[in-house]
Amino acid sequence: MDRFSIPTKTLGKNLRELFSEGIDSHGLLVVFKKELADHFSSYRFVILFALIAMVSLISTYMTGISLREELEGIAKPKLVFLMLFTRGSLSLDWFVAFLFPLIGIVLGFDSINREIGAGTMSKLVSQPIFRDSIINGKFLAGITTIAIMLVSIVLVISGLGLRVLGVVPGIEEVWRIIIYLIISIIYVSFWLGIALLSSIVFRSIATSALASIAIWVFFFFFTLIGPATLANAVAPVSQAGSDSEAIIRHAQIQEGVRLSSPMGLYSDATATVMNPMQKTTKSLVLMGPMERMLSSRFQNPLPIGQSILVVWPYIVSLIAITLVCFGFSYAVFMRQEIRSV
Amino acid sequence: MATQTVIETRELYKYYGQQAAVDGLTLQVQEGEIFGFLGPNGAGKTTTILMLLGLTEPSKGEALVCGFNPTREPLKVKRLVGYLPEHVGFYRDMNARENLQYVARLNKIPHQTSSDKIDGALDTVGLSEDAERKVGTFSRGMTQRLGISEVLIKDPKICFLDEPTLGLDPDGAIRMIELIQSLSRDRKITMLISSHNLDQVQKISRRVGIMIKGKLVAVGPMEDLAKEKLGVGKEKFTLEQIYMKYFHEV
Repeated sequence: MDRFSIPTKTLGKNLRELFSEGIDSHGLLVVFKKELADHFSSYRFVILFALIAMVSLISTYMTGISLREELEGIAKPKLVFLMLFTRGSLSLDWFVAFLFPLIGIVLGFDSINREIGAGTMSKLVSQPIFRDSIINGKFLAGITTIAIMLVSIVLVISGLGLRVLGVVPGIEEVWRIIIYLIISIIYVSFWLGIALLSSIVFRSIATSALASIAIWVFFFFFTLIGPATLANAVAPVSQAGSDSEAIIRHAQIQEGVRLSSPMGLYSDATATVMNPMQKTTKSLVLMGPMERMLSSRFQNPLPIGQSILVVWPYIVSLIAITLVCFGFSYAVFMRQEIRSV
Repeated sequence: MATQTVIETRELYKYYGQQAAVDGLTLQVQEGEIFGFLGPNGAGKTTTILMLLGLTEPSKGEALVCGFNPTREPLKVKRLVGYLPEHVGFYRDMNARENLQYVARLNKIPHQTSSDKIDGALDTVGLSEDAERKVGTFSRGMTQRLGISEVLIKDPKICFLDEPTLGLDPDGAIRMIELIQSLSRDRKITMLISSHNLDQVQKISRRVGIMIKGKLVAVGPMEDLAKEKLGVGKEKFTLEQIYMKYFHEV
């Protein structure tokens, strides 16, 4: 019989399904709602939120106090509200870059392998929903949780800042904070993607937690010492006097290495958005003469549109690495055979 | 009575690397029957069920479930087929009703009808009293019965039950077998039961298939297999005798 000889191709199957049954928004929505409810009712979320809120509040409070002392008796500088997020030895943007990946990791490290281990995954995949609804629903629920968490933390911080500084943010400051939030949500979603991937690749929950934490710690140290170490190794610069080309090469390598880390990408992007006096993400050595003149002569903040222009490539890169991460998880998950074990 | 073939496979193969887990399986299951799918561990029974559900792709050959190809039209098959995996899992921190509600939602059962269906399904398996209890506190037997009720709320035409009595105490196993029998009788659900428990299979099914090392070595009504293997005219036989004959031959 003819119908038995047709080769089965996964791609063709998916396309046919797509056309014959439409996109399965129903299954996606059901999984999404359940995962979201799970996140918000879990102890893990409460503990995580308490931890992050505590750290953010303490650092903002300290920054706010010192900022208030600094500003006493002098004319109010422009965009002072943003300094709340960027100033101080324990500034918030530093915390977000290094600590907030934990949110993504904690929300995602066991999302697939726990269900496989508990036998609930074989039930889910045998229901009449597309398999990708499961992973899409989980990822979207994670992103939504992250977004709600970050927005509420920033709101709390802003409230505290209002109280401590006594300065009301202007419209431009509000916009900058919103952009900062969006970049942060993408950044934490990237870590959620990493955690999701390791929860698919590793069957053991402990292993997947460890793997995502290992990646986190690796990038932490890589961002801290990697750029300088690698630049020194590849293009050493001596104190006595190197030619300008060597110095430029050194700086280029340093910047390139820094930008290959998501933490470097993120902290450069947010620094530019939150500190309008910083007009470029380049280091001093790599600036062109015009840029250098601009930054030294005109002590004016960069307009918000220009700031966005500067960080746009960074935002795109962050979205890209998040999507690559998720796409890889998606591909592996769709091909995985799920048995009850 | 004209019966209709609802499950059909032709020369179905599944390879894991060089190893053939399912080796040229050709099988037909008629509407309304309880088909006993027997075989030692690792014979490829579960793999076959996964292929019939579209959860894994056959390496070669094709299967049809109610006229649909599970690889190409998995959703249509999954709408008609209920699957009870060997180790059925539930969300332990949700109660029985919430677990079933989730499945009802995934099956697009409207909210108005779903609570009646859930009550009915819980009643059928005798878990009405425990509907509000967390599944984490359930015994193995209760979990297994909850698994059956989960299968029931989508009104399946066919059920794949993978080792439904595994790990149950004798009383629980008997209740499970009776439940399966009554579902087949009252709702005309076609059942494909994979099991090691030959006594129980003998009690409820007429046709069996014996799968060993990926190959279906015997299929047919039990009496025919008994005649063939144990000699003509033998009135009393057990499925175990037939099974062991085949097992030692391979």
